[in-house]
This record gives sequence, structure tokens and C-alpha cells, in this order.
Amino acid sequence: MPDETLDLPVLQRVLEHHRNTPGALLPILHAIQAGTGYVPDAAVPEIAHALNLSQAEVRGVISFYHDFRSTPPARHTLRLCRAESCQSRGAEALAAQLREQLGLDDHGTSADGALSLRPVYCLGACACSPALELDGQVHARLTPERLRALVEGCLQEVKPC
Amino acid sequence: MLTLSIPCDSVARAVGADQLAQALTDEAARRQLPVQVQRTSSRGLYWLEPLLELDTAEGRLGFGPASAEDVPSLLDALAADPSQHPLALGPVEQIPYLKTQQRLLFARAGITRPLSLDDYRTHGGFEGLAKAALMDGADVVAAVLESGLRGRGGAAFPAGIKWRTVRDAPAAQKYVVCNADEGDSGTFADRMLMEGDPFLLIEGMIIAGLAVGASKGYIYVRSEYPDAVRALNEAVLLAREAGYLDVTGSGVAFDLEVRVGAGAYICGEETALLESLEGKRGIVRAKPPLPALQGLFGQPTLVHNVLTLASVPIILAKGAAFYRDFGMGRSLGTLPFQLAGNIRYGGLVERGFGLTLRELVEDYGGGTASGRPLKAAQIGGPLGAWVPPSQFDTPLDYEAFAALGAMIGHGGVVVADDTLDMAGMARFAMQFCAEESCGKCTPCRIGSTRGVEVIERLIASTDPAYREDQANLLRDLCDTLQYGSLCAMGGMTAYPVASALKHFPADFGLASPEAAR
Ligand SMILES: Cc1cc2nc3c(=O)[nH]c(=O)nc-3n(C[C@H](O)[C@H](O)[C@H](O)COP(=O)(O)O)c2cc1C
Ligand code: SF4
Ligand code: FES
Repeated sequence: MPDETLDLPVLQRVLEHHRNTPGALLPILHAIQAGTGYVPDAAVPEIAHALNLSQAEVRGVISFYHDFRSTPPARHTLRLCRAESCQSRGAEALAAQLREQLGLDDHGTSADGALSLRPVYCLGACACSPALELDGQVHARLTPERLRALVEGCLQEVKPC
Repeated sequence: MLTLSIPCDSVARAVGADQLAQALTDEAARRQLPVQVQRTSSRGLYWLEPLLELDTAEGRLGFGPASAEDVPSLLDALAADPSQHPLALGPVEQIPYLKTQQRLLFARAGITRPLSLDDYRTHGGFEGLAKAALMDGADVVAAVLESGLRGRGGAAFPAGIKWRTVRDAPAAQKYVVCNADEGDSGTFADRMLMEGDPFLLIEGMIIAGLAVGASKGYIYVRSEYPDAVRALNEAVLLAREAGYLDVTGSGVAFDLEVRVGAGAYICGEETALLESLEGKRGIVRAKPPLPALQGLFGQPTLVHNVLTLASVPIILAKGAAFYRDFGMGRSLGTLPFQLAGNIRYGGLVERGFGLTLRELVEDYGGGTASGRPLKAAQIGGPLGAWVPPSQFDTPLDYEAFAALGAMIGHGGVVVADDTLDMAGMARFAMQFCAEESCGKCTPCRIGSTRGVEVIERLIASTDPAYREDQANLLRDLCDTLQYGSLCAMGGMTAYPVASALKHFPADFGLASPEAAR
């Protein structure tokens, strides 16, 4: 795929940087994902070769960890906390509101690629539950109105051309 | 010149601290007021965040929770009579919630700027390291043993014994690994400490390295904590530049590296964490061998929670006897409890062990945030038991909680009011286990999925006899999980489930034991 060949310089830089790092696979995957938004399948043989691992081992690690993606992310990722503290402050009702507002399930992505939903289990904001993380920024003491506004902000934004 | 402090803690920011700081700077500039806004750590009094503090000759005055909209009136009041502002809290250190705490680990919380080495040193930083550098490693280990410090990550194993094992293990390369995966819901003390006082953790790890003979340390931080990762990375750089990682006088070099997890709860389990650090899937290892003997890359490794390692500098600086003066029985020192969930005054309460759960939830926490009756509190994260209010007079002590079939774990307390459905929470616990299981053993991998199904059948049924059957099946399943799992992921998933079933049978549609009698 053409967009994946564009990632090669990033990939080579990352692999070179971690040439002497012991146990380098997670730092490498994080760095690739930070650079290109996901871990393209075309990167797997290169990583495997650099670390002297089998491709199956690399794929096994990518699939084991919830954080690693093999496909490009939506423009925004909203992670609503579903763990106990947030549940005790109404997280399930907020999750239902999200499903209804977006017509998506808990792991869904909107058809226009604007927003992906993902559950998360604790953001360390439990003293101010309920909480969510939107594109790396935590929002706590969430209310239904605030959640609706955050989602609308993601959907209404004009695509950069 | 007015000096104002606002936390840069990620949760203070999640409720508007950045906007407050920006609005203050802008409005002060507009008014041509000489104001300096500094970003400190958080006091952990989260219900007051964003908490603004004003330096005065009598100490810091607090205002909170303050938002950007309050800025004009705040600046008016600061110029005239600060105590007249509706958000005025008086001297922060006199707030009873804080004043009655015994803050050892969090002594600097809310006071210092997290990445200022000067602030850290001015407030007692590196005193423990200075002492340790002049001591024989064996004496440092003896001090940790003597202090009574136990692991704060969950299992509460005596730290000193682990240190001695690693120290006595002959190897050219040893490691110190900090478990900063803090996956437990309802806990945030590790996060606060890493974001707010990263040099304390670094100091603890350097001392540990010196004592056990390790030259390399890793801090494994969960990816959900990007602010902690940033703070630690910068703090490691600053500490290295200032020469702290090349321990002055000792000739021992110690290097530190921050590693980021990737969203797997099981990587908080120490052997899965080591696998992850080695670049593998986070699959739990069978013990023995103990990580203390064959840990990271097969070498002797000291694995500790953030709070365990961060307790060490105080023990060295003030002495083991000072530390063990706090607490009760075999639970010595202080624990930063974390009040979360449906609680009016959520936040961090560092106290010696021995206060009761009721004091914590009612006196500090002020009861439920909703104002509705308290139903239960889950102590110690997602693998902890739900404790009903009838047991709230139990002292917070490892052994007393173990006797209840509960655990203190990492000190998280999630409070629930009477609207929380305990059958739903039991189902959630099984579901969470099914999702996060590493898959190595059958009770955990398969049993948790069966558990979800049994609970669903139980709740859906209207036939009392069938319900009783399913409840018995669920109890059996809990036993199988508890006694047949390789690690506490499967083993302790039984706790929240069995405790919910025992104390709240009505939520499962079962007759309560009293009604049956
Ligand atoms: C499923 C599971 C998750 C765990 N998560 C954590 C964690 O997030 N942080 C932690 O410090 N310990 C966690 N532990 C405990 C560790 O396995 C280990 O006991 C601890 O890191 C040892 O450090 P300590 O002696 O300082 O407690 C977990 C254990 C299990 C079974
Ligand atoms: S109990 Fe669960 S998490 Fe632990 S080793 Fe077994 S399968 Fe893995
Ligand atoms: S449980 Fe939601 S932030 Fe901790």
C-alpha cells in the first residue's frame, strides 16, 4: 500500500534508535504508533528481522496489548472509563448515552472516521469520577451535557483540507 | 508581587486547572498586576480542585474549587481582603482533612514544583540517599527490614526480606524494577506521586540499587498515565545531569529507564510485567523461580510498587524506628488511602495503618456524594472484596482485612450508594477477568467466562429453586478460581464476586439469609 511505504523512514529511524535497547519491542511499537498512528502490517517483517524474532512473535505481541492498532485510527479517540469508581458515579448511563448519540457500540468508529469509542479501565481520576480521555486529554466530573458537547465538538469539526 | 500556586496534576487539569492558570495570567496582565503563577503538585484534596493557593506571611491561603470564571472576583479579593471571597478556605494546612493526616510520602504534595530539584532538596529531598551512600549495603537492607515496610502493590510481603534475597544472590547484573502499572480502579496514589514528586521515586530506586547491588533500574508505567511518563522522563534527565545517578562518593553508577505499558491489566502482575519489559506478551510466569533470584532477563530483580520504593528515602533519612512508630500490629508505617467512587470528599488520605474504614469513609470522605445511603465499599481494586457498612469498624490493617476475606491491597476505596447493583458488579468482575486474563490457566481463562454466564442466568431466572442452583454453582466457581489459579488475577476475582453474593443476595434475586431463617 502506498501510504505504508511512506512510513519506512520512520520505521528505520525507530529501529536504528533501539538497536541496542534490551527488550525493545514495546518501545519500538509505541514509537511507530506515535509516528504513524498505527503499526502497519508492512512494518512487521522489518521489526522481526531487526530484533531477530519471528513475524508470529511480533504479531502475537501486537495483538496481546490493547493499545496497539494495526489500522489507522479515527481522527478522535474517546475512551470512557468503565471501571468501578466511575460505574458508581453513573458511567454506564454515560456509555448508553454515547451509544445512542453515535449509534455505535462500545468499540465502534463513526462511518466518517471522525470518532472512535474505546472503553478504558481507570484513568486514575477516580476521586473525580466519572472520567474519560479524549485524544490524550482527561476530562473528569463528567456530566451528560459535558459528554454530549465533547462528542459534538469532535463530529462538527471541519476536516482539514 | 502575588505568588499563586495551581496544581499541574493531571486530574486537577482534568477539572480545569490549566484554564484557571491561563485566565489568571491573562487577567493579571490586563490589570497590570504583578502576579506569579507557579504549577505545583496536588495536595490530593480532589474535591477542592482546582485549588488555588496564595503565598502569605502566615502560610498558603486556599481557594477552591476555582474555575476560570472566578478569576476576576478572585483577583479583586486578593487585592482587598482574601478571606471574604466565597471560595476562601483559609490556611490550607489547617483544613481538617489535611491537618489530621500523617504525610510522610506525600509530605511535599501541593507544596513543591514536581520538576524542581531545588524545591525537592529544600524540602528534605536526597537526605535518605546521602545517608545510604555512606552506609554498607547490608545496613541499608537491615534498616528496611527493621522499618517493617511491606510491599504496597498488593501482596504486602516484607520488603526487607526481598532486598536481602536480591542482595545475597550472586550475579554480575541485577535490576531494580518499579511496578508503576497501577491498574487497580479506585487507586491513584502512584500516579500522584510520579506526577507530583518524581524525584522521591528516583531517590528510592537509587537507594535500592545501592543496597542490593543493582546497576540498572526500570520504571514500568501504564500508558494511561502520559503525564506521569513525561514527568518521570524529565526527572530522570535532571537527576542524571545533576549527578545523582552516578552516586557521589560511592563510585556506583545506577541508570534508570522509563518504560511504557500498553494497556494490559495483567502486566501489573510482577512476572507478566517482567515478560513485558523483555518485549513479550504479558503472560504470567510460574513461581519459583522467584523474580528476586531469576527476574528480568533471568537476573536477580527487585520488583516493587511505586509507594514501597518511595517509602525508602524517609526510612533512611529519619530512621527505621521513626517509620515503624506509625501503624499497628504488623502493618507498620503509613499508607496513602485513596477515596473514590460515590464519595463527597474524594482524595488522598495518608495515615498510619489502624484507623477504621468508617473514619476514612465517613469522617474524611463525608459519606456518599449523592447523599443516598451507603451500600458498600470495594477495597483494594477490582480484585478486592465489597465490604458492607456493618464491617466498617474494622481497622485498616492487613491482617484484620484478611480475616474478613478482604484485602487492603493498594489502599483504594471505592464507595457505592444504594443504587449500585451488586449483581451487576459481580458480573463486571467476571467479565473483567475474562477480558484481562493472560490465558495461561484454565480456571481463570474459562472459569471467568462461565462466571459471566452463570450470573446472567441467575439474574434472568424467575424460578427461586433454579436461582439457588445457579448461586451454588457460582460459589463453586469462585472456589475453583480462588484455589485453582496460578496468580491472583483468577484467584482474587473470587473476592468481589463472592462478597457481593454473600452480603447482597437480594441483588441477585436470592432470599437474604435473615429472611430464610
Ligand atoms: C493481576 C495483578 C495485577 C497487579 N497489579 C499491580 C499493579 O498495578 N501495581 C503493583 O505495584 N502491583 C501489582 N500487582 C502485584 C505485583 O504482582 C507484585 O506483588 C508487586 O509489584 C510487588 O511489589 P511490592 O512488594 O512493592 O508490593 C498485581 C498483581 C496481580 C496478580
Ligand atoms: S490466573 Fe489468569 S492471569 Fe493469572 S496466570 Fe492464570 S490465566 Fe494468567
Ligand atoms: S475508575 Fe474511572 S478513573 Fe478510576
